[in-house]
Amino acid sequence: MNYLYYPGCSLTASAREYDLATRALMTAVGANLTEIDGWTCCGASAAAPISQLLSLSLSARNLALAEQTAAGGQVLVPCSACYLNLKKAHEALRNNAASRTTINDALAAVNLNATGSVRVRHLLDMLAVDLGAAGLAPLVTRSLSGLSVAPYYGCQCLRPYREFDDPERPVSMEPLIEATGAAVHVWEMGGRCCGASLVSTQPEAGLKRVCAILKAARGADLIVTVCPMCQMNLDAWQAKASRMAGEDLSITVLYLPQLLGLAMGLDSGELGLDLNLAVLDGFREKIAK
Amino acid sequence: MQPHPTTGSPRPDDGSAALDHVRNMVSACIQCGTCTGSCPNTLEMDLTPRKMWRLVIMGRLADVMASRTFILCSDCYTCTLRCPRGLPLTEAMETLKGIAFARHEARHRSSRLFYEKFMHTVRRHGRLREMAFMTGYFTAMKSPLAPLRFAPLGMKLMGKGKVEMGFGKSAATPLGALFDKVADIERTAAAPLEKESHA
Repeated sequence: MNYLYYPGCSLTASAREYDLATRALMTAVGANLTEIDGWTCCGASAAAPISQLLSLSLSARNLALAEQTAAGGQVLVPCSACYLNLKKAHEALRNNAASRTTINDALAAVNLNATGSVRVRHLLDMLAVDLGAAGLAPLVTRSLSGLSVAPYYGCQCLRPYREFDDPERPVSMEPLIEATGAAVHVWEMGGRCCGASLVSTQPEAGLKRVCAILKAARGADLIVTVCPMCQMNLDAWQAKASRMAGEDLSITVLYLPQLLGLAMGLDSGELGLDLNLAVLDGFREKIAK
Repeated sequence: MQPHPTTGSPRPDDGSAALDHVRNMVSACIQCGTCTGSCPNTLEMDLTPRKMWRLVIMGRLADVMASRTFILCSDCYTCTLRCPRGLPLTEAMETLKGIAFARHEARHRSSRLFYEKFMHTVRRHGRLREMAFMTGYFTAMKSPLAPLRFAPLGMKLMGKGKVEMGFGKSAATPLGALFDKVADIERTAAAPLEKESHA
């Protein structure tokens, strides 16, 4: 399994543990990651309102670099916002000749050209489809039985593109969680919005989304996520959400590769567990046994 | 393109032409309200998404711009997924944000500065540098209280070494040439880039 790796900005800073855990897990499952040399920001959710073409061009720049490394390769993206942006650029390059011409007109300014030959894949897609529970199960050395895990998918790895899961009732994490020995927390919030950047720009609206998710996770030992924005909204703003809800909503929140890595016996330092903002003592005790 | 009498004589950047673009995106709307029923943020909106699309179709730019509805879109794509007409509603919301920012609508100043300063950082460094971005944002806000909301989180992240300070951790890749070229293309292009529909 060979992948061109696009970490994205968050994974170099606020989501460093997601990067550490992804790399550690990929090594442990025998997948080979080649980081795209000279990658730059995908434009996040900020570029598109200012300019659709800028958003597409920023993402296409990274696809062009990926094509230079391995035409026909697969780009692995852990961040859902980056994934969606790269995916949009890929679709525009492949399916819209006018867009392809305009984007490459822009990319000429930085001496690059993109055709859309590389495939863009979310980390969850790779874990659920390429690795799968069948590939994971033999690698599990430490059963996580006794843990109840709430799978949180968020939005942009599911919608608008239907790639590897049901866009409204996602299930792709469940076999992976079960393969670790843990139980799946049954809830309706897996594919509901975390509030995204509204938590920063319109907190009175954004925090309500966070509260609803944290409340529904009650009874689970932890939530797992596959997106730095979801993770930050659910862990960093827990105290604020608790104040808004008038009740304690504290819960452990891990990235999915951290959970899978723990089950495979990887070291918690290697998985960046000390960098997480919400790891409760009760959870640490459960996994220490 | 149809004339739209209620918006008056258009200035180059008043958003009338861009609104026509959004109107084309949603012109097949049948006012069923699936978008409203699907939106996680409807309760915080002053206009439901369904009503807002109607105003867009009627060309009532001033009424649309007076609303907070499009600024409360969190890009979850549920409406886009469920729309029985297959309309790119999330993209239409995004475009409305862009129109409001280009018009420098006072009520959306904070959101506009957040987006603009973000892109400014990306233009200069190629990647997001949180420290440069937040400093730029707070300076532009000119409000002594603005940083306070983010201070506890900022301290927590810095304590974990999770803020990209820009001290040589990653070499900068300035993207000014790409940004300028995109601006050039958009200035000369008569029609905006054609939108792809989401299957």
